[in-house]
Amino acid sequence: MTATQPGLLTGPGSILTTAGRASGRSRRRRLSHAGVALAGALLVLLTLVAIAPELFTDRAPNETDLARTMAGPGGAHWFGTDQLGRDVFARVLHGARTSLLVGAGSTVFALLGGTVLGLAAALSGRVGDQVLMRFADVLLSLPSLLLALLAVAVLGTGTVNVMLAVAIAFVPGYARIVRAEALVVRRSGYVEAAVGLGLLRPVLVARHVLPNTLGPLLVLATVGFGTSVIYASGLSFLGLGAGPPSPEWGAMLSQGRDFLATAWWIGVFPGFAITVTVIAVNVVGRFAQRRFAGRIS
Amino acid sequence: MTGAGLVRGTLVRGTAVRLAAAVAVMLGAATLAFAALQLVPGDPVAVLLGPATTASPEVRAQIRDDFGFDRPVVVQYASYLGHLVRGDLGESYQLQRPVAELIDSQLWPTVQLASAAVVLAVAIAVISAVTTAGRPLPRMLASAWELVAVSTPSYWLGIVLLTFFSFRLTIFPVAGAQSFSALVLPAVTLALPVAGVLAQVLREGLETALAQPFVVTARARGLTRMAVRFRHALRHAAVSLVTLTGWLTGTLLGGAVLVEVVFARPGIGTLTLQAVANKDMPVVIGVVMISAFVFVLISTVVDLAYLAIDPRLRKG
Repeated sequence: MTATQPGLLTGPGSILTTAGRASGRSRRRRLSHAGVALAGALLVLLTLVAIAPELFTDRAPNETDLARTMAGPGGAHWFGTDQLGRDVFARVLHGARTSLLVGAGSTVFALLGGTVLGLAAALSGRVGDQVLMRFADVLLSLPSLLLALLAVAVLGTGTVNVMLAVAIAFVPGYARIVRAEALVVRRSGYVEAAVGLGLLRPVLVARHVLPNTLGPLLVLATVGFGTSVIYASGLSFLGLGAGPPSPEWGAMLSQGRDFLATAWWIGVFPGFAITVTVIAVNVVGRFAQRRFAGRIS
Repeated sequence: MTGAGLVRGTLVRGTAVRLAAAVAVMLGAATLAFAALQLVPGDPVAVLLGPATTASPEVRAQIRDDFGFDRPVVVQYASYLGHLVRGDLGESYQLQRPVAELIDSQLWPTVQLASAAVVLAVAIAVISAVTTAGRPLPRMLASAWELVAVSTPSYWLGIVLLTFFSFRLTIFPVAGAQSFSALVLPAVTLALPVAGVLAQVLREGLETALAQPFVVTARARGLTRMAVRFRHALRHAAVSLVTLTGWLTGTLLGGAVLVEVVFARPGIGTLTLQAVANKDMPVVIGVVMISAFVFVLISTVVDLAYLAIDPRLRKG
């Protein structure tokens, strides 16, 4: 106490600067909290749009109007119309369901696969662990997008296969994290106590190891969801996902690429939707990561 | 054993361990490729010939015999590995040319694109991190652009850049790979998301380095703040980038597929996409093997370089 007191008193200026710094920090924190709240609200809105797009627009996504093709953004058509006179705004809203569902689906499948593989590696003894983790190393040595493309080449194109392909691309990453977490949990006191109490192995895994492994994994999956959306839309953009008539952000972007010279809005707005979604997901995901890290330490 | 001999001994052992690991990963990738071929539903001869084949039953029998599809899987696997070791990646049925030759002919535009993007990404990341580390307001602005950069899909960024710079302002050509100016927009597109990640990691490393006593010493010697950052702190922080080498290689190789399609550039990405869409498995697998090889090569070289430079890593 006495050691810090003189330091504070040597100059009143030092107290002032620290006070000033603290208020600057709290202002920044308030700003970042507002950003997280905004991103969260945006995600809620996007979810609503994905569930019920007809609440936000009365135009059908595939309704063509050949009298008004490639009309620029304006009062009647906020995002303009495409080469067939379809309303781009309505198509972007209706595309939210497919794009978000594919992203969410691939994240869920990747989490499931990663959890099973990671737990198996952590709990199956040395040989099993080595075999599974070296297998994960091989998968991790391939670029995720290339792994997804290899999966599409084997499975075939289409929305469901794109979802599975993206999931396959992310399984090894999740598996490695689950394994690391499970190894820590397995050596913890409460698991040893449970072993001492004579709990059966499946009960032990289900009741103690799994729940304590899932926390950090779910936080990570938030950011992973954003990446999945980018990858899945990317595969659709490459023409491997949803077929032409259905509104899907990646597929719309790919169509828009052919009309950039005359009608930039056809390609730019669907991509804007992807970017805004991923920014919101990343803001919320990083906030969750920071909160989680704070709780652990 | 003498001290120098001991060092040489651990260095040799460390090198051997890493080389063995590299070979193991390559073997794993080959096994994965073989498994992918086996997993494609249907007759492997039909898969190799493609959907639009007019091959006679004699040709089919010849292929079945050549590839040994009538032999046990283990024998097939061994002969497949034998072909790979000799650098034989098979033949594309779509383009009727050896896969190795195809990849070789498309490699250069992709290498150009990827190297331009690496240089650009590192330059942007260093500037963004060095000028903002430890300064609250600039740091916040830099974090904001980095968040946007890592959240933007490259294929959309490319389309926006094309719209603005090629169609509106007509500064850069719309497509092709002939001139230097045709490389600018694709390289920027590939580099920006990468730069966002690199800048975040680099800034974290810089802020750790700037808290070290050697920074105060350097300032006391009369160096300016920027000189301390560039000459001393940056070197410390750069070490943390090394762990990202593998990620960087993969991102650039994967990202090149999308960027090449957006800008209609020739290259490995365009080749891969055509092969995936047509189920041209020999080409898909060839590209997978090549990229695994590049990944393993780069990470082994980086590992060995660090083994030579940093004595702390020589144990184990």
